[in-house]
Amino acid sequence: MAKEFEIVDHTADVGIRAYGASINQAFANAAKALFSLITELDNVDEVVYRDIELVAPDQESLLVEWLNELIYIFDAENIIFKRFNITQLNNTRLKARSYGEKVDSSKHKLKIGVKAATYHMLKVDKTNGCQVQVLFDI
Amino acid sequence: MPAPWQGILKKIDDYRWEIPTSYKVGMSVSGLIYASEAMLDHIWQDQVFQQVANVAFLPGIVDHSLAMPDIHWGYGFPIGGVAATRVKDGVVSPGGVGFDINCGVRLLRTNLTKKEVRPKIEQLIAELYVNIPSGLGSEGKIRVSEKELNEVLIKGSRWALEKGYGEAEDIVATEESGCLKGANPDKVSSKAKKRGIPQLGTLGSGNHFLEVEVVDEIYDRDAAKAMGIDDIGQVLILIHTGSRGFGHEVCSDYVRLLGEAVKRYGISLPDRQLACAPVNSPEGQDYLQAMACAANYAWTNRQCITHWTRESLVKVFGKSQRELGLEQIYDVCHNIAKIEEYPIDGKKQRLCVHRKGATRAFPAGHPDVPDVYRDIGQPVLIPGDMGRGSYVAVGTETAMKETFGSTCHGAGRVQSRAAAKRSLRGADVVKELAAKGITVKAGSMGSLAEEASEAYKDVTEVVEVTHKAGLSRKVARATPIGVIKG
Repeated sequence: MAKEFEIVDHTADVGIRAYGASINQAFANAAKALFSLITELDNVDEVVYRDIELVAPDQESLLVEWLNELIYIFDAENIIFKRFNITQLNNTRLKARSYGEKVDSSKHKLKIGVKAATYHMLKVDKTNGCQVQVLFDI
Repeated sequence: MPAPWQGILKKIDDYRWEIPTSYKVGMSVSGLIYASEAMLDHIWQDQVFQQVANVAFLPGIVDHSLAMPDIHWGYGFPIGGVAATRVKDGVVSPGGVGFDINCGVRLLRTNLTKKEVRPKIEQLIAELYVNIPSGLGSEGKIRVSEKELNEVLIKGSRWALEKGYGEAEDIVATEESGCLKGANPDKVSSKAKKRGIPQLGTLGSGNHFLEVEVVDEIYDRDAAKAMGIDDIGQVLILIHTGSRGFGHEVCSDYVRLLGEAVKRYGISLPDRQLACAPVNSPEGQDYLQAMACAANYAWTNRQCITHWTRESLVKVFGKSQRELGLEQIYDVCHNIAKIEEYPIDGKKQRLCVHRKGATRAFPAGHPDVPDVYRDIGQPVLIPGDMGRGSYVAVGTETAMKETFGSTCHGAGRVQSRAAAKRSLRGADVVKELAAKGITVKAGSMGSLAEEASEAYKDVTEVVEVTHKAGLSRKVARATPIGVIKG
């Protein structure tokens, strides 16, 4: 299987680089990377889903907003997501359904908290397959 | 071989290094780093010079883009950075405050000694851990409606006091008396409020902690005495937390909104995370009003945690709060932007002082320093890492003249979280700390490894630089015997 994402080292925080054959897939893998930082996704089942629709001025901003929306839902509703079906994604608009489960402390061991996705080191690259990079404030 | 930064930095003295404006086209002022020569090698590896230089692009920045000795690579602004911009024609940047708005530290004194606490430390840490919600996903014991949350956002610590959490004296011994003026809940998104409601009164995760520590050095007896630090062996309690998901969402919201404003005002920036707007613009004012809400949330948070800390001590030691002498020494914030006045070119000017991972350090006699500290200066609280303790210092005139009344905020990371985790396991960290006589209770073993001593600069080195450069004056040092972490 092709590599979905990797962790990029940073002194205070944690960056991720996600890959995909399409930009939709790269965005989905970036979300997967985010939740892999928070917990082991193998222990998460697909029990609930949430729909997200976003508009942003450009695709880089869209990436930050997509990840921040997921962080928001995790924080406000305690849902860990593991699968992301991005049905629409262009330069300014994203539509997705994300599947996961409410945190259950007997089943999910939470690792680290993620405060937000930042615009620092932000990259969306579609030259050779698709690659996105983002730095999280931890 | 010459150090890699030679030829770039201009040495002013042993603790002051200038990054000239020629370093990067677009800098409108030079950078100034407070560090020892030995520390510069680390700083150099860390892209910090670039970030200090990038901050110097901000419209209206005055004097220097400043870096404290605990400086390290952040996002946009470096962590340990101070930047002051003119209110009349400068900008405010949410990235210059950070996501954890009013992350800060509170120090409590006790009449207890190490000898009395040591036999009960396991019990005390267990009690604190139960009493103070901590860790990722934890929810507070306080349940507020949105209407009540709005009161928290406007009143800050005073809200907690009205609900019975704490003493009137706590508020006196808190920066801004625990309430930043101008807070306007209408400028805060409903998302921020939704994140904030369940997390009020929680310690959180990451580098946040509550520490039971013992005074082991006193450098300035008179200043220590004024703070109620009487002797070596005395037990203190240190609380480090901020505005939780509420503040994170306020920052995310405004980085996005001000990213748009940057285009409208024709501001050009080298890093999008530096998004900003003129202080006097509607966008800038909205941010400051929302930021004040988050600052007040954080003070309320620390005030509630203070109350439960006292309850825990009273229960474990079977004495009253008064007998235990559980008084607050001070509470400082280290992620904030404030409007303050400083003389610039001989004229008093209103400036927006961004302190991102930096502590206010006002000198003796300053009107914003509480009466009890009027003769010694504002207490500055500098936490280290889990194994190496923390310092208490006081603000100075030099800080007023050079750094807009600011000094360092902590140890500063030198090792990435991933690297720390690769080289250490949480369980080993617990063992190592136990060998040093430190009891730890943490929500996550992984987060424990990330916060291990090896990941940080030695706080002693950092404090030595600020002390010798004159930005703050050492008063006392304390080392931990018990820690709870998220």
